Amino acid sequence: MRVALFLTCVNDTLYPDTGRAVVKLLTRLGVDVDFPAAQTCCGQAHYNTGYRHEAEPLARHFSDVFGEYEAIVSPSGSCAAMVRELYPRMGERARAEGHGDALARTLAPVVPKTYELTEFLVDVVGVTDVGAWYPHKVTYHPTCHGLRGLGLGERPRRLLEAVKGLELVELPGAEECCGFGGTFAVKNSDVSAAMGADKVRNAVSTGAEVLCAADNSCLLHLGGTMTRLGTALRPVHIAEILASTEEEPAV
Amino acid sequence: MSSRERILGRVRRALADVPPDGAPYEEAVPRDYLREHGERTPAEAVELLAENLADYRAVVHRTGAADLPHLVARLLAARGSREVLVPPGLPAGWLSAAGPVRVDDRAESTVERLDRVDSVVTGCAVAIAETGTLVLDGSPDQGRRRISLVPDHHICVVRVPEQVVSSVPQALDRLDPARPSTWISGPSATSDIELDRVEGVHGPRTLEVILLG
Amino acid sequence: MSGTYLGMPAFPRAARDAVNDRTLRGNLRHATHTIRAKRARAVAEVSDWAALREAGKRIKDHTLRHLDRYLVRLEESVTAAGGTVHWAADAEEANRIVTRLVKETGESEVVKVKSMATQEIGLNEALEAEGIRAYETDLAELIVQLGKDRPSHILVPAIHRNRAEIRDIFRTEMGAWGRPAPEGLTDTPAELAEAARLHLREKFLRAKVGISGANFMVAETGTLVVVESEGNGRMCLTLPETLISVVGIEKVVPAWRDLEVFLQTLPRSSTAERMNPYTSMWTGTTGEDGPRAFHLVLLDNGRTDTLADRVGRQALRCIRCSACLNVCPVYERAGGHAYGSVYPGPIGAILSPQLRGTASAIDASLPYASSLCGACYEVCPVAIDIPEVLVHLRERVVQGGPAVREGNRVVLRPAKGHAAERAAMRAAGWAFTHPRALRAGQRLASRTRRLHPRTLPGPGRAWTGTRDLPVLPPEPFRDWWERTRGGKDETR
Repeated sequence: MRVALFLTCVNDTLYPDTGRAVVKLLTRLGVDVDFPAAQTCCGQAHYNTGYRHEAEPLARHFSDVFGEYEAIVSPSGSCAAMVRELYPRMGERARAEGHGDALARTLAPVVPKTYELTEFLVDVVGVTDVGAWYPHKVTYHPTCHGLRGLGLGERPRRLLEAVKGLELVELPGAEECCGFGGTFAVKNSDVSAAMGADKVRNAVSTGAEVLCAADNSCLLHLGGTMTRLGTALRPVHIAEILASTEEEPAV
Repeated sequence: MSSRERILGRVRRALADVPPDGAPYEEAVPRDYLREHGERTPAEAVELLAENLADYRAVVHRTGAADLPHLVARLLAARGSREVLVPPGLPAGWLSAAGPVRVDDRAESTVERLDRVDSVVTGCAVAIAETGTLVLDGSPDQGRRRISLVPDHHICVVRVPEQVVSSVPQALDRLDPARPSTWISGPSATSDIELDRVEGVHGPRTLEVILLG
Repeated sequence: MSGTYLGMPAFPRAARDAVNDRTLRGNLRHATHTIRAKRARAVAEVSDWAALREAGKRIKDHTLRHLDRYLVRLEESVTAAGGTVHWAADAEEANRIVTRLVKETGESEVVKVKSMATQEIGLNEALEAEGIRAYETDLAELIVQLGKDRPSHILVPAIHRNRAEIRDIFRTEMGAWGRPAPEGLTDTPAELAEAARLHLREKFLRAKVGISGANFMVAETGTLVVVESEGNGRMCLTLPETLISVVGIEKVVPAWRDLEVFLQTLPRSSTAERMNPYTSMWTGTTGEDGPRAFHLVLLDNGRTDTLADRVGRQALRCIRCSACLNVCPVYERAGGHAYGSVYPGPIGAILSPQLRGTASAIDASLPYASSLCGACYEVCPVAIDIPEVLVHLRERVVQGGPAVREGNRVVLRPAKGHAAERAAMRAAGWAFTHPRALRAGQRLASRTRRLHPRTLPGPGRAWTGTRDLPVLPPEPFRDWWERTRGGKDETR
């Protein structure tokens, strides 16, 4: 199976460790993973801020880059949701505006074969125990696009519960948004910050060392809040936990 | 142009982009929701009604036809009622043992007069088990809408099991839309203070329900 | 809509005050968290919730699709049952009609059932200007009216007030409006409810004119439905001689049978009850029972403009349950007043900019008053995809485009204040379709990472005011991938 890693622009630039962890994890599970170098951005920030027309070339570019692969895996719930949920909507809107079927046809091939990482592991590879070892107390924040957009459900938890040495503790108010929301974080920074601070306080109350999520955008916001509030908690992407083994532990 | 024509014209222009839809109303809506939630015998429906009435703080009593007048008399006496309001078609026997003065509701009765009455006794049109709801529709044994509203104490008699249905859809099937109806689920209440339910605002603060069967 | 809200600051600024108000934050958190858990339980009790939700959505969509037909049908049914139907294209016309109807009765005071439509049009202020006093009789509306306040929630307009604040308002203000609060009033909810009962009873008993809205209007039968809890609705709907109901045109449903869906979904979604304490249904007038005269004022006021929008029209399905407010993390922290409209919360953020247009600062900012977390869509009993409409309205704000205002087709210009953002989005769009340029930028950023400040000036402060910036890695992932051939050459 030819699997493409769609790392996302945020991870490529700010979180290369997450990318390395995904490669290590998938390789360990026998998946042949490629990183198409021409990949850039799915267009989510443009689309969600109201710049749908500016997002269209990015979506076409995504389709050009990834169209030939059998599966496209992304360690970001919101970017995977952008492709799966919103690319079809972009096609429909273009059609409704009298621009014909071209965009919908261009985007259609990538929609069904784009997977969020935990979804790919559980549904396509068919594993929940990925052979990981991570001797830490962890609490898990299900991000909104993963939870309500993609319907990831129990998949991330099942993966975490199978990790040796990992103690998973329940996050109070887990399903509530962390307050990132893309440009919301700066356009409505007071409300965003208040939501982030509440989420961090809830995480701290669990006594966990690590706040885990399957989306670094949310962790960027929460991590920045944690250090500002001076908490000892660390934000860690789920891929880095699942990639960690006794032989090669995550730092 | 009248505002009527203006608004209807705006509606028609607003929908110009929508493809013609010839589907009749009957086919436009999938009705695959349940007619009732779970199958119940009539006795089980009465049980559930009693449970849900009590859950919303109605006081539930059960009696047979022979004892009904005594039960009504006891409830009015316990309340200390001096006057009891009566709809025009209330079965004569229901109040035959009651002590308080009967006040018949008449068209010319003022609201101030109704406000001085302690209690009211009515029948009902239908009762809904799943929601603990009594529906009054202004039939002669229930009277005008105001009489079950202004007095602070309402005794409502439900003939079981024949007046009990399981669900909201079944209740609507039994009602005549032309009649004004009042759906009552427990005594008057409010959630306006900190979104917490408190019983007792403008309607009767005590609702007693007699399941007659 | 009402002039009350003209000149409101944009949402972010209005929200800042609320975020920093500890009492308000506590009140909102307590109330919304209480109701959230209860709603979830009430919904879980019915196994066919998804089917009811879908049916509710389809009934509303079908009605909106044939709204002209159902409004005409409704008018026929109401008229045949002894009512009189009036049509109001906007707030001003609706207020004029109601004022005239009240004056024709010779009365100078009216009792009101809580109604979003009459708040939307600013009816109380319009009546006051004509010498008619309107008494709000819903407990929360009474609290708002006595406190010279503004509503902050659809269902519980005084949700921003806690019991102690309510007691203080009752003690100081009730006397000026009628019967004063009882001596020694405490802040227990039962005593507060009792105080309202005593204060309002004299008004109910002498009222000759009642004014209401309606939750539903049945086209087939001409039946109107008001769903309530306290009994103030029943008082206003049955004791006065004249009843005037002001109802948005989108509140019509085709048939009696349709009520079986909404009477199951509305109470569970709003107060989290199996059934609300009181529901009143009436069809025209009924002899000696209830008002002798019934007037229905059908209100447009921006609804047909909303109907003209392909994506935005789904907002007209709303049954005003307020479940979306109660689950919204933004509402919980910003409070209702920040939305600058009688319709706060997620539904307000998509309704107000459609009913009023996006010209004002507050209306142009409302589509952004959301993190797009989707909790509102998940609980909506008529499946309004609020995030979809929010994003659509963001497009309207930044890109402009065709819209309908007061029945006329217009082309909106992009809103002011988004020029820098638009330029940045276009620049990013260019870089993202030119991978080499992107890569050059990433490398430059990585190599200069030790020079990056920890806090940013200007608009960047919106981030660094409360959050640290991440530390840039020494190289982007793509360089690692190329250097190590996807990790194959990695040396440890």
